[in-house]
Amino acid sequence: MPITARTMRPRRTAGTIFLAGAVVLALSACGVTSAKNTEAAVGGPIENLQVMIPNAPGSGYDVTGRAAVKVMDDLDLATGTEVTNLAGAGGTVGLARTLTETGNANFLLMMGLGVVGAAYTNEGDAKVADATPIAGLIEEAGAIFVAADSPYQTIDDLVTAWKADPSTFAVGGGSSPGGPDHLLPMQLADAVGIDPTAVNYVAYDGGGELLPAILGGKLQFGASGYGEFLEQVKSGDLRVLAVTSEERVPVIDAPTLTEEGIDLVFTNWRGLLAAPGLTDAEIARLVDAVTAMHDSPEWKQVLEDNSWTDAFITGDDFSTFLTEQDTRVADVLKTLGLV
Amino acid sequence: MENLTLLMEGFGNALTLQNLLFALIGVLLGTAVGVLPGIGPAMTVALLLPLTYALDVTGALIMFAGIYYGGMYGGSTTSILLNTPGESSSVVTALEGNKMAKAGRGSQALATAAIGSFVAGTLATIALVFVAPFVVAIAIGLGAPSYFAMMVFAFVAVSTVLGSSRIRGLASLFIGLTIGLVGLDVTTGQPRLTFGQPLLSGGIDVVVIAVALFAVGEALWIAAHLRHGTPPTIPVGVPWMGKDDWKRSWKPWLRGTVIGFPFGAIPAGGAEIPTFLSYVTEKKLSKHPEQFGHGAIEGVAGPEAANNASAAGTLVPLLTLGLPTTATAAVMIAAFNQYGIPPGPLLFQTHPVLVWTLIASLFIGNTLLLALNLPLAPLWAKLLRIPRPYLYAGILFFATLGAYAADMQAFNIVLLLLLGALGYMARRFGFPVLPIIVGAILGPEMERQLRRALQISAGDPAALLSEPLAVVVYTVIVVFLVVPPVIKALRRRFGRGAGPTDGPPEEEFDAFGTQTSDGSARVIRAVRPSRRGK
Repeated sequence: MPITARTMRPRRTAGTIFLAGAVVLALSACGVTSAKNTEAAVGGPIENLQVMIPNAPGSGYDVTGRAAVKVMDDLDLATGTEVTNLAGAGGTVGLARTLTETGNANFLLMMGLGVVGAAYTNEGDAKVADATPIAGLIEEAGAIFVAADSPYQTIDDLVTAWKADPSTFAVGGGSSPGGPDHLLPMQLADAVGIDPTAVNYVAYDGGGELLPAILGGKLQFGASGYGEFLEQVKSGDLRVLAVTSEERVPVIDAPTLTEEGIDLVFTNWRGLLAAPGLTDAEIARLVDAVTAMHDSPEWKQVLEDNSWTDAFITGDDFSTFLTEQDTRVADVLKTLGLV
Repeated sequence: MENLTLLMEGFGNALTLQNLLFALIGVLLGTAVGVLPGIGPAMTVALLLPLTYALDVTGALIMFAGIYYGGMYGGSTTSILLNTPGESSSVVTALEGNKMAKAGRGSQALATAAIGSFVAGTLATIALVFVAPFVVAIAIGLGAPSYFAMMVFAFVAVSTVLGSSRIRGLASLFIGLTIGLVGLDVTTGQPRLTFGQPLLSGGIDVVVIAVALFAVGEALWIAAHLRHGTPPTIPVGVPWMGKDDWKRSWKPWLRGTVIGFPFGAIPAGGAEIPTFLSYVTEKKLSKHPEQFGHGAIEGVAGPEAANNASAAGTLVPLLTLGLPTTATAAVMIAAFNQYGIPPGPLLFQTHPVLVWTLIASLFIGNTLLLALNLPLAPLWAKLLRIPRPYLYAGILFFATLGAYAADMQAFNIVLLLLLGALGYMARRFGFPVLPIIVGAILGPEMERQLRRALQISAGDPAALLSEPLAVVVYTVIVVFLVVPPVIKALRRRFGRGAGPTDGPPEEEFDAFGTQTSDGSARVIRAVRPSRRGK
């Protein structure tokens, strides 16, 4: 099966072979191949799986994608796996690239709400609907972060000050317009009666750039996934005013927005897409491998370590979910008057 | 002193025979992968990280440190030998390094890079041990206004590398700025100069620009002149650094460290700007400014030290705040997570043993890197003995591979060839190449910081002066720009009697000097005063 798949897809380019070679060489040079032989999926492991991360190393997509790859490798669900980071345009560059891999059954793209949003706002030709949905993996609620010395002690304090003069109230997030960190403050503004078009949103290139701006008091507040800055919250450098999940998050001592009387629940999610033009059998093989990965205790540990919520869906359910999300982004941006 | 005890404890953990072996493997693999163009340190670390999973935490950390420094160092080798920088932080190294290599001084260039990296890495790691908490407190206070001021400063410094003709230099700079504009606007998501091509929406990778302008442009130039006969094979001189090389290298190493470390420690610093500033500084301070552009060893020693010091500097915010400031640091966070160590402000308190073992590992990795690369330098340099046609075929192969690997896009190869043609034209018509790259690196960063500063302040330009560092930097710039002309004017008025020792003003010397050889520049120097007399 994998052999036919390989002959069908466009010729492999030198760099890919070389990268794969470098990894293989490196692995064998060290004698540290993942030789743990657990129950392999039906049809054997997926050989030379390529996983594309549409963002820089260290980003949320990267952490999720690499964690998934590691579990798949450890369980021998995939061998010779090669992870590629292809950042750009909020993930649409990676998405566009995935769409050129038509018929490549060994290719996965890590993606999430941000890619859906960016694909929508960029108005490019790359659409999430053109790729093959494989599985939704995790969900992560957002949180409202302020620096330890911020005058705002509660979300109420913050909202009062924000309402007074939204245009000079700098709000930051780690996503470009259309991404989760952008949608969250916009929806929050709308929920508390601030015109979203008046919100002064400053886009940072991921959580790494956002953190010093919050710590240094350059922003009035930052919006991000609640897991992003857990350590800084634990040490007391950052304070969480509210989380956006339905229920409180055990690791964070902060109320939910709904508890504080703000009618907003917001979650970000991440999942996997495959290239277009796959046969049902090829799709089933990828879905089976990802399902086996999800069912493992190793993945449970990953979820726990990163404080992610399990949100596993596959196949048609995931397609429906993606369509809903596409509409959600469009609706949100439209009703808020942002497009 | 408590830190010192803890560090010694870290060495105690790290220094076992087995761990040294892991460190050696890490250094070897890091260098081997880092040497490949298009694969920067972040990619190297990400690629090789899975290797460390099978080891215990200490072993993993020490191998990781080796990979990290190996990857950092590897990039300079191709820069020097093949004029093909592997990542943006070693672009500046190629300027003088490759000229040295062509003059048969490749092993000296590699050696000064290796020792410079070691000196800077070690000093910066020591600084990390002692000053991390203070540095980080300052770094966090810096925002977009300070960064913008530093970019303005860097732009002012560009004026020293514009080359023999101001107009051509500025034209090059603006070409670079235009290339830097390509891609989606960071704030609004508007496509700029993408010509409807989605693959351009992420902008053009600096590595692709540098490799195209340096390596491809040069290969085309050589090819275009082949009908005048095959150029002779590049000579390979003595393998070791001479006394003079040492004398000219040690100060740039130290200055490079001083420039690089703080830039690494601040959140938006990175390694490109300090390498560039170090180059400019060395050119200004050098006793042999006329050698710059023809293979001045200071121009390799300084930037390479700055590059490595900045790499160690990034560990300051990483270990004290859990804040990754570069892609490489972000991969390290992922690595720490895999070892079950959540990097954050509490790291030093919750996992002191591991942190100090890591720091000790960095010292060990750095030392092994030197031990490995110094003897290899003359061997690498022999690579250049390959006859020119084959050598350039190889360079083009690596350039293409690097451009492709940077983004995994075949489209990059098209860009590489187009920009390579631009590089050829630049050579043909005497436009300097460096300002193009500087413009492409600094332009987007400067724009981002300016817009962010203004966005946070809701459009109030006074915000640009709202941070103390910004004010200091602007003052320095004004002093730089105003004082030399004033002194010149004063000299002209009062110092006519100073006579021949006075020498010509620097720009005019530059205007004649950079393109001519050492000797003819002197001739002009001698001629100048008489002309002024008329």
